Amino acid sequence: MTRVRGLLCIVVLAWPLAAHPMTSGYPLQDAGTDVGNLASLQRGARNFVNYCLGCHSARYMRYSQVADDLALTETELRENLMFTGTRVFDAMLTSMPPEQARKWFGNTPPDLSLIARSRGVDYVYTFLKSFYADPSRPTGVNNALLANTVMPHVLAGLQGVQRPRYETTTGNDGKSHEHLVGLEARTAGDMSAAEFEGFVRDTVNFLEYVSEPAKAQRRSLGVWVILYLMMFVAFAYFLKKEYWKDVKS
Amino acid sequence: MAANESAPAATGRLAALGAWIDARFPMTKLWNEHVAEYYAPKNFNFWYYFGSIALFVLVLQIFTGIFLTMSYKPSAAEAFGSVEYIMRDVEWGWLIRYLHSTGASAFFIVVYLHMFRALLYGSHRQPRELLWIFGVLIYLALMAEAFMGYLLPWGNMSYWGAQVIVSLFGAFPWFGGALVEWIRGDYFISDITLNRFFALHVVALPLALIFLVVAHILALHEVGSSNPDGIEIKKMKGPDGIPLDGIPFHPYYTVKDIYGLGMFLILFCAVVFFAPELGGLFLEAANFEPANPLLTPEHIAPVWYFTPFYAMLRAVPAFAGTQVWGVLVMFAAILLLFFVPWLDRAPVRSIRYRGPIYKVTLMLFAATFIMLGYCGMKPAVQPFKALSVVGTVYYFAFFLLMPWFTRIDSHKPEPSRVRP
Repeated sequence: MTRVRGLLCIVVLAWPLAAHPMTSGYPLQDAGTDVGNLASLQRGARNFVNYCLGCHSARYMRYSQVADDLALTETELRENLMFTGTRVFDAMLTSMPPEQARKWFGNTPPDLSLIARSRGVDYVYTFLKSFYADPSRPTGVNNALLANTVMPHVLAGLQGVQRPRYETTTGNDGKSHEHLVGLEARTAGDMSAAEFEGFVRDTVNFLEYVSEPAKAQRRSLGVWVILYLMMFVAFAYFLKKEYWKDVKS
Repeated sequence: MAANESAPAATGRLAALGAWIDARFPMTKLWNEHVAEYYAPKNFNFWYYFGSIALFVLVLQIFTGIFLTMSYKPSAAEAFGSVEYIMRDVEWGWLIRYLHSTGASAFFIVVYLHMFRALLYGSHRQPRELLWIFGVLIYLALMAEAFMGYLLPWGNMSYWGAQVIVSLFGAFPWFGGALVEWIRGDYFISDITLNRFFALHVVALPLALIFLVVAHILALHEVGSSNPDGIEIKKMKGPDGIPLDGIPFHPYYTVKDIYGLGMFLILFCAVVFFAPELGGLFLEAANFEPANPLLTPEHIAPVWYFTPFYAMLRAVPAFAGTQVWGVLVMFAAILLLFFVPWLDRAPVRSIRYRGPIYKVTLMLFAATFIMLGYCGMKPAVQPFKALSVVGTVYYFAFFLLMPWFTRIDSHKPEPSRVRP
């Protein structure tokens, strides 16, 4: 019986290893986010409204809930975060008209409410850090993770401009191929590399929160639920033992 | 003390109410027949928890489902947004939704273990064939229920998963196209499909499930429970007519099942609170994007509980100009389960008294089923293609050769009384 339980545990625990999608060849970097870090979330919210909300919406997210969850007063909310929408319970909608966006970019910028769940935080983190100069593109930049993205490098002023590093390998067919193996700084931005990483991390952290506002609550409540159940099981075990005293095997 | 004086009066009044009801409805009779005087073998082990856990999960799904329908909107324009509304704006909506989504997968885990128990201890053997058949029907209804339910969040994987599975029916010659159109009610998966899947998911299939579960339990209580020794406890009765190895379900198995349920809930809540997506197995990443008929997800795979059959479908090559063979093999794999009570010809029921052939083939079968499930999640490339073929062949060989290898297998004599 213990052997059976051990087997079951292995099966249950091995499942998460089974799959996570999204592969483009360019390695993902660890976003290192933590939705329990309130200061990071507050900075991320500020970054989001200043740098993302101009084009992207988070239409399932209300300002009032951001204020509640991030411990902001209504005044703080209105002064620091509310540049679109007039009522605190409005959704975080961009003011860019979708028809215009389609004309400018050939595409409506995607809604970011769930981007951290559909793509994963590491994907968004790596994407934001992986723009590089490419004069052949209309925006002047390309992205190592999402090739030929139509998104311009909104954070160029902070990060500076990167250039790609290529490696040439000879394939099985005898021809040589160029691979993008990494990016390196070409011109400096307003932030140091470490500052910029922190900036992106905070922003992605906020996006992770936006994708599931209940996440922090879910985890902290979960600890109590499991503790309660363990206690419950202990009592249930002794109750069972007491009743089964008179059953002879 | 005052409490002591009033207590008998209360029971007196309560007993009178009970008698009043019993004169009009078989309340006490039902309670005794199915709970207090239902004698179950005293040697149930770990594998016997999953029946009551499955019943608990069914009730959980119905309750959480009722609350989800209060806020869910079954229309293509609003479905995705309404699920996010539940996750964000409805009080405890996220918990209700995760209980329901985790409950769906938990239901299959529990049912698979429950079915495996039957194969281990021969629970499906005569006179419990009909009990097993009701069980397989429950499994079928559950698959339909889960499939329809998976469309409702109207995410991109919901959409394309339904697209792929529904189009399987199109593989049938002549009537395939018309059949697919009839199922969808449209030329593609649309608002109309979503609406009818909603109706089937929240009304028709739950009703069927409840009816089948009642039939399953009635059939069980008619013949009595089997046990890990696979022997009939009714053959050895005491002078009072009660099986010597039987104990009343209540209180012995009610308290034992409460303990089992607690253990299950610890694992279940660990998923609900700490990993509701379970690495993309219970909730797939692509399903957090709204359904988009113009954008196919990178890799479409059904949810994990269907993947063993999906692997079988893909393992069969097209020939004679049609893909229908894979579809037939997949349906045959499920249909075969109905015949297991008659395919098994061993003179003993339980694995405890069977020979090495059954022990080895059954363990390999379990391993093969898990392997097929894994292959079904992966893209159709090597080595998964080859493994799927091997797995499919083994799955069918296990059942079709069962009449032969269970007969030639050696076996040990069964005891007359149950052992722990």
